[in-house]
Amino acid sequence: MSEQATLTRKDFQSDQDVRWCPGCGDYAILKAVQSVFPELGIPREKFVIVSGIGCSSRFPYYMDTYGFHTIHGRAPAVATGLKVSRPDLEVWVVTGDGDALSIGGNHLIHTLRRNVGVKILLFNNRIYGLTKGQYSPTSEIGKKTGSTPLGSVDAPFNPLALALGAGASFVARSVDIYQKHLVETLRQAAAHKGSAFVEIYQNCNIFNDAAFAYMTGKAERADANLYLEHGKPLTFGADGDRGIRLSGVGLEVVRVGENGVTEDDLLVWDAHAPNAALASLLAHATPPAFPTPVGLFRAAAQPSFESQVVGQIESTIEKQGSGSLESLLRAGETWTVD
Amino acid sequence: MSTTASTQDSGGARTEVQREQLSDVVVRFAGDSGDGMQLTGSQFSNTSALFGNDLSTLPDFPAEIRAPAGTLPGVSAFQVRIADYDIHTPGDAPDVLIAMNPAALKTNLGELRKDGILIVNTNDFNKRNLIKAKYEANPLEDDSLEGYRVIEVELQRLTRQSLEELEIDNRSRDRCKNLFALGMVYWVFSRSLDPTIAWLEKKFAKKPVIAEANIKALKAGYNYCDITGVFQTRYEIQPAKLEPGTYRSINGNSAFSLGMVAASRRSGLPLFLGSYPITPASTILHELARYKQFGVTTFQAEDEIAAVCAAIGASYGGSLALTTTSGPGLALKSEAINLALITELPLVICNVQRGGPSTGLPTKTEQADLLQALYGRNGESSLPVIAPATPADCFDAALEACRMAIEHMVPVIFLSDGYLANGSEPWRVPEVEDLPDLRRAFAERPAEDDDSFMPYRRDEKTLARPWAVPGTPGLEHRIGGLEKEDVTGSVSYDPENHERMVHLRAEKVARIADSLPPLEVTGSPEGGPLLVIGWGSTLGAITGAVNLAHAEGLPVSRVHLRHINPLPNDLGEILARFDKVLLPEMNSGQLASVLRGRYLKDIVTLSKVQGRPFSRGEILAAIRQHLES
Ligand code: SF4
Repeated sequence: MSEQATLTRKDFQSDQDVRWCPGCGDYAILKAVQSVFPELGIPREKFVIVSGIGCSSRFPYYMDTYGFHTIHGRAPAVATGLKVSRPDLEVWVVTGDGDALSIGGNHLIHTLRRNVGVKILLFNNRIYGLTKGQYSPTSEIGKKTGSTPLGSVDAPFNPLALALGAGASFVARSVDIYQKHLVETLRQAAAHKGSAFVEIYQNCNIFNDAAFAYMTGKAERADANLYLEHGKPLTFGADGDRGIRLSGVGLEVVRVGENGVTEDDLLVWDAHAPNAALASLLAHATPPAFPTPVGLFRAAAQPSFESQVVGQIESTIEKQGSGSLESLLRAGETWTVD
Repeated sequence: MSTTASTQDSGGARTEVQREQLSDVVVRFAGDSGDGMQLTGSQFSNTSALFGNDLSTLPDFPAEIRAPAGTLPGVSAFQVRIADYDIHTPGDAPDVLIAMNPAALKTNLGELRKDGILIVNTNDFNKRNLIKAKYEANPLEDDSLEGYRVIEVELQRLTRQSLEELEIDNRSRDRCKNLFALGMVYWVFSRSLDPTIAWLEKKFAKKPVIAEANIKALKAGYNYCDITGVFQTRYEIQPAKLEPGTYRSINGNSAFSLGMVAASRRSGLPLFLGSYPITPASTILHELARYKQFGVTTFQAEDEIAAVCAAIGASYGGSLALTTTSGPGLALKSEAINLALITELPLVICNVQRGGPSTGLPTKTEQADLLQALYGRNGESSLPVIAPATPADCFDAALEACRMAIEHMVPVIFLSDGYLANGSEPWRVPEVEDLPDLRRAFAERPAEDDDSFMPYRRDEKTLARPWAVPGTPGLEHRIGGLEKEDVTGSVSYDPENHERMVHLRAEKVARIADSLPPLEVTGSPEGGPLLVIGWGSTLGAITGAVNLAHAEGLPVSRVHLRHINPLPNDLGEILARFDKVLLPEMNSGQLASVLRGRYLKDIVTLSKVQGRPFSRGEILAAIRQHLES
């Protein structure tokens, strides 16, 4: 089809009224996805958005692509079956912190471990929105909610560390309101061949407003964000003079020009390193000791699950020819009754 | 009929050997889990099948891979019945029992027919093993075996002796003693050793010395009978008069796997299996994983839920989708099955039932997931349920399950059980062109100016919605677990629409009944005092029992259900024609409660929940009882 060349954002907007709360961070993410998809040169009918349950999982209804709003936590599993059986499709999973990390934790880690070629967008708002404000597996300790009136006592997941631990070949983080950064991150995810895991900090202005204000606020932004750029030293701060260097087996925040630190001491970011150890260190770099890293943590070239599964089938057929049902039914020892 | 032949005994003297024709015989091999009883039994079955007998098998093994050796829970058994006529069950009481150790004797002797042949491996009857089997005295030394034709054989010593010359250790020699025993049984039943020798050569192609040891032991067992004259009689069972055609021996899981591959070919859809290992369904996953040549994709998922969800994803993408499991796994899949139901995607869910509840009896058979299959999901969730009746029937029933799923866009539950899964029988291999045509077109790209694609607009006859697969230009649409608006498929919370959709989904399944063949009533279709009705794997035992009852002149009739939902249109009328209805099922009366509710007809339950199938005798006794009272 030649139509693809002329696709625009409008082509990806469905006729459904968007029904998130006014001010919800999901709007910005929807806008970013709708602006990236037409750029990819892929016919619209090849896109499938698969979601689970939660506010974020309404996403497919607002996209004029194929869409499957599945059940709680299971989107990665449905997407796996779809992608393995139809590698020609462009399959994106939209999920939230409750959907992906609580009820669906098992499917998430196994999808990443297998490197199934689906893009997983995890909208992390650190709260349950759709069920009205219970704490989530990414809520900070001490979170007071309807289900934890005295504050939650369990430690949150670190989604990126979890994804890296599961062997994810592509891991990135962005923020709903960092529109340009988000669009660029989605582009990188789209270009990746195996599983792409993108954590998107998303503000739920109803149940967990300003959860990310510590880093997204105008005054805080420069000092609280560490933008990861492949091949560039890790620097941050309003004057760009602060940075990250390796110290023993950990990371350390330093200031260039202080204590003899020069720019050469800073860690130069390699997002394509085959080994995920440094990416893991960065995933564990959390405030207040560190600025929050955003951008591409890891993009390693690894064969996708579906290409190998299909490869086994194709090479078998190539070697032995397509199976004959007649002979299959008569395989093994047979005898004839006249 | 007896003839006399002669063989040489060890001293060269001639012993008279009787030859006797039998019509049917039941043999049970029993030993420790490590004794290779399943293999021995399968070999005897295969050889008999190749000879042309009809047969039916009943493997019975413990859930533990290797329970402690010599103990009662560690006993593994394999029963096979061979006959010169069409049989339906693996038989009630064995005529011949091979007991490899005291535990095997203890757990199996009770069922051996009086006057039956008992072959015992005396080498294993030492103090330690007797204690493990909880014998206070050695049964070989008191009168507990009186009334049986006991053949005592030093299996271990004789096997070691026969393998003396081979350069292998005694442990390896001992592992051949089952073949020695099999050789003896082959002699008794006048069977050729060739098929087993060929099989051993192939199986141990990479370990020729092991192949040689096994073959030597097999021959030694056979010759031992020839030379020593331990048996006075040899038996012959002539080939059965089966319908002409090419046959092979097949078990239920294998027949189901082939049925799914056949359905894939006949529908033109690639087969996708999402599965998680579980007894007794795993062999389907193993078998289909080998069929890459047929474009079959098998996906061993991280859990039962992922397995069914991946299958749903594949169905959405246009594959023939399958998930396989057993009872506990079906429970885990129920939410996802409802997703397939409301999104109206075709899917086959194969549940090989085992003893429940919970982990229950993983290796034993039961029919107690019937109500789970019918009702074990939230909301109004009617879906087709089909139950195969014999191991070979799993092939045809698989095709039928696929037909319903594809034609009506609905998930279908295939209710097999452990008895069908592992039991085998001869199967007349069908011609491919006689198999049903399952092709159904996907929805196609609409005309340029037509943007009216309606994902829930239904076929007038089947009520199926279109199967619109991603990648088709112009059909972009959204589906999901939320209630759908009729025709448009948009999310709808409208109360009347919800009720209409509930009815439409149920009606779609109910209409399948219109495509079912009329039920066949054996006996007096016009009615009578007693009808025995069954479903699924009880067919063999019920048929056997009713045949015996007819031989006694009892006025009993029989009908068997393959479709549990929807029930056949003519069932109500048939039930009404009989004074009494007896329903044997391997649960506490689940189908009976369904039928009572549906037809307001009293149904008498004959229940058995022991993890083993009915015997003909049990059903015959119930028939007699209900005809008398
Ligand atoms: S509850 Fe929160 S996350 Fe959900 S739509 Fe409203 S603002 Fe967004």
